[in-house]
Amino acid sequence: MTSRRQFLLLTCGALAAGEAVAQLDPNIAAKREAALRAAIGKITDGKPIRTGKVKLQVPPLIDNGNTVPLAVAVESPMTAENHVKAIHVLTEKNPQPYVLSAHLGPRAGRASLSTRARIADTGRVIAIAQMSDGSFWQDSVSVVVTLSACLEDGLI
Amino acid sequence: MLCMSLQAGEIPLGERRSGYEFMGRDTRAMQDDDSTNPALFWLMDGETLWKRKDGVAACSSCHETMKGVAARYPKVAGGRAVNLEQQINACRSERQKAAPLAYESRELLALTAYVARQSRGMPIEAGWNERTEAGRALFTRRQGQLNLACTQCHDDNWGKQLSGTTIPQAHPTGYPIYRLEWQDMGSLQRRLRNCMIGVRAEPYPYGSAELVDLELYLMWRARGMKLETPAVRP
Amino acid sequence: MARVAITAPSSAKKGEIIEIKTLAAHVMENGFRRTQEGALIPRDIITQFVCTYNGVEIFRAELHPAMAANPLIAFTTVATESGTLEFKWTGDNGYAETQSASLSVS
Repeated sequence: MTSRRQFLLLTCGALAAGEAVAQLDPNIAAKREAALRAAIGKITDGKPIRTGKVKLQVPPLIDNGNTVPLAVAVESPMTAENHVKAIHVLTEKNPQPYVLSAHLGPRAGRASLSTRARIADTGRVIAIAQMSDGSFWQDSVSVVVTLSACLEDGLI
Repeated sequence: MLCMSLQAGEIPLGERRSGYEFMGRDTRAMQDDDSTNPALFWLMDGETLWKRKDGVAACSSCHETMKGVAARYPKVAGGRAVNLEQQINACRSERQKAAPLAYESRELLALTAYVARQSRGMPIEAGWNERTEAGRALFTRRQGQLNLACTQCHDDNWGKQLSGTTIPQAHPTGYPIYRLEWQDMGSLQRRLRNCMIGVRAEPYPYGSAELVDLELYLMWRARGMKLETPAVRP
Repeated sequence: MARVAITAPSSAKKGEIIEIKTLAAHVMENGFRRTQEGALIPRDIITQFVCTYNGVEIFRAELHPAMAANPLIAFTTVATESGTLEFKWTGDNGYAETQSASLSVS
């Protein structure tokens, strides 16, 4: 999907500075996956994550990746004994996996939040909930990011 | 690939659709919820600026309501079309004795959005005159390295896909808009210049007679459609 | 000029769950973009958001470069007593904004 113009810009950028090299790195997919795994590992401290309880809402087809509305809701009574402590939102294909980490408690009444993220490319968005009993739950959604046909200028 | 013929086929009035209808549900929701539409910051700033004395007066010193005003711009006076931004600046120079605001400045976008918001839901009123004619000539003229006219995409091929995007009909129903691509608010002229860069043409400068004529033709083309300012677009 | 915006009910019944929507006017420059000349645009983002209810923290979030410009954060709280909700955003380059909203609980 890289146009000649984008390729030239990337190449010039790569010659100019180190960061742009990453964008031409053939191992970029593996590196991003490792970064995502590391970020999740940091959240869970190596504990297993189960699928369920969490409902992540993201439009499956995204008009523009710059502003993607998303909502997370977690099944929980939100009592002092049994509540959601944190909700983490991550993406698979961004240069850095994190989007947002929210810390809440029984006073929220309901374990839900909504926000807007940047999603660079087609891939998974993941929401992880940390419960007061120490368990972790997740939901993930695969999204398609469509690219605008007429880009304004040379910001890459 | 670009073997479209130049038909200059105007869209029948009943088939016209706002860009809103080409957006996903979530982007529509972003526009519809006044409390989370990102343009709210420009509306808030616009209200502040409207009421603040600048030069010898505030906008609100003379004007009570601007309801319906944006639906009638650009206006033609003395053989020249004047858009809302230019009218605001003319008012500043002539009435307020204040310095004009730069095109695309946060202040001018805020004031324009604040004025245009007051016409939300009102039908666009535009008659035909010689400036509209000039605007149509620009809309139908091939330009740029891609040798494309506006009409080829927006009259003849709306609804089809260009890259991952659906080509809209190009009705200026919601300006200034918060565009997700820009992550910012922008005027109709910014959008028109974008399109020109898109077809590899040299864009006309901000405030040029050509861009205002084009605005005027687009408003005529969208006559009767309802204003949505501040719109959100991808 | 407006830097932040809060949408929250001004009154609620005791025990009711209320939704609070917050927006901050901020470019959220992600630190990965370049100018046309190839220079890296330095990161400039909001990094933290905290909401307190009568002085007690009820919600906190860490924000990353993948948050959209003019970030929206919407969340809920139980209306327990009349008082003040305080909101604080902090970030790169000394960015700090505060806002408050009063809530009357019956």
